[in-house]
Amino acid sequence: MEQLLVTGLRKSYGTQEVVAGIDLRLKPGECFGLLGPNGAGKTTTLKLCLGLADPDSGAITMLGLPVPERAREARARVGIVPQVDNLDPDFTVRENLLVYGRYFGLPEAQIAQRIPGLLEFAGLGARADARIQALSGGMKRRLTLARALINDPDLIFLDEPTTGLDPQARHVIWARLRQLLNQGKTIFLTTHFMDEAERLCHRLAIMDRGRIIADGAPRELIDRNIEPQVVEVYGDGAEAWAAAFGKGAAERCERTGETIFCYTHDADALVHDLDRRADLRYLHRPASLEDVFLKLTGRELRD
Amino acid sequence: MKHKDFALPALSRRFIHVWRRNRLVWRKLAIPSILGNLADPMLYMLGLGYGLGAMLPEIGGMSYIAFLAAGTVCSSTMMSASFEAMYSGFSRMHVQKTWEAILNAPVTLDDVVLGEAVWAASKSLLSGMAVLLVASALGLVASPLALWLVPLIFLTGLAFASLGLIMTALSPSYDFFMYYFTLFITPMMLICGVFFPVEQLPGWLQSAAQALPLTHAVSIARPIMNGAVPTGAMTHLLVLATYALAGFYLALVLTRRRLSK
Repeated sequence: MEQLLVTGLRKSYGTQEVVAGIDLRLKPGECFGLLGPNGAGKTTTLKLCLGLADPDSGAITMLGLPVPERAREARARVGIVPQVDNLDPDFTVRENLLVYGRYFGLPEAQIAQRIPGLLEFAGLGARADARIQALSGGMKRRLTLARALINDPDLIFLDEPTTGLDPQARHVIWARLRQLLNQGKTIFLTTHFMDEAERLCHRLAIMDRGRIIADGAPRELIDRNIEPQVVEVYGDGAEAWAAAFGKGAAERCERTGETIFCYTHDADALVHDLDRRADLRYLHRPASLEDVFLKLTGRELRD
Repeated sequence: MKHKDFALPALSRRFIHVWRRNRLVWRKLAIPSILGNLADPMLYMLGLGYGLGAMLPEIGGMSYIAFLAAGTVCSSTMMSASFEAMYSGFSRMHVQKTWEAILNAPVTLDDVVLGEAVWAASKSLLSGMAVLLVASALGLVASPLALWLVPLIFLTGLAFASLGLIMTALSPSYDFFMYYFTLFITPMMLICGVFFPVEQLPGWLQSAAQALPLTHAVSIARPIMNGAVPTGAMTHLLVLATYALAGFYLALVLTRRRLSK
């Protein structure tokens, strides 16, 4: 049975259609990633799935229960890590877990029994009585993740779980999420970090302007949507070089900022030519999810 | 505004989770909180009661300070419930996003708003009772009949908590609450019979006072504290209950609208 099944979901705010007819399907034990630029409708999609906003049309079933009609009951088996930390600043680390467990109507004894394990999972065993203000950004995120697990959920939603964290802290979060997947949990995350999506997700959907414009396994998305090799060219003469040589030798050339991206099946000719150009630097690499993302959602800035 | 925002409140015992959360925060600072809430009303009651009272005759068979004590119990309840529902409620709803976190659990917005209303009323009950205890220690409480004040104070607190939550639902920032205090709370302090009988006012102002909830709380509290059975108690209770219920419903509708955006 699907952990989450969404069909024909639509939601408008005023005249703007934020979610414009999307379908989603999450199987048990999988990690699904919803990718998209800022304002693509990712967070609204999450809110709709959780029953925190009502869709204009479409059907949602979460853990076998219809949403929004029985969203409250479904949320009893769901964990949520919101985009912005909303830990309770009036409480210590331990109290945050305790009070959150009470919102689920869990017996005190059961909450007390779960707290030590969750503190250890979050690497906060020694900080149980610390105030929230005394925690670093990474610690707060880990605590928010631990808090989302207080009810031992089957399905976990994470809205941009590593935004604003340093690389070390991001790796810790990823390791914890893999641990949860190994335990058989289902994960639904939104992100705009391609490395995060590529590392964690079994399946991805790229969302833009309220629609899903591509979906599949990370490798599949790359193979299907883009040439396998990329040569990035930097330097003052990069644009002139692209016009004179690159455009002819590559299948596609794109410019982002001051970098020329050449996409091709065979980069030999490009690399050979660039090796003779002392004024240009280049990087030859396999195509990544970020290339797919930029190709499909465009290169202009989103604010 | 959507049709669904107007649905009747779906009340459940889950509100207790929200109430307990707030109590746990309060417990950490309980003593300073009670003393802080007590300081202001005590200064008014003792300063005006003894100072001004010495120059005044008895009012309706009681000393001025006893007269003022009953008013102070009610005004202190009003203040405490209003502050909690507005400043603290707004912090939890808007600034700290505490409500948002709670709503991610299997708890509804109706549960949260009810929890906040009952919590603000509970806290105001402590404030009102603290004043009552001091008044009793000063010999200003005539008989054990005064125990009837406990439910009355709670109902009064619920009425002001509901009104405060309406303001919270409408408020863009903390500054907004000043208007409510200036236009609603302060006038009530002055014309609802806390410091002097409403009957002293011109007719049109008396009519205005009759429409305000504090007048009805004072009208019951004063005779009870003086050992008498209040007249027209049903009407007064009905007005307070109407403010509490209608206020709660309106606060809920407005909060639903605000947070479903």
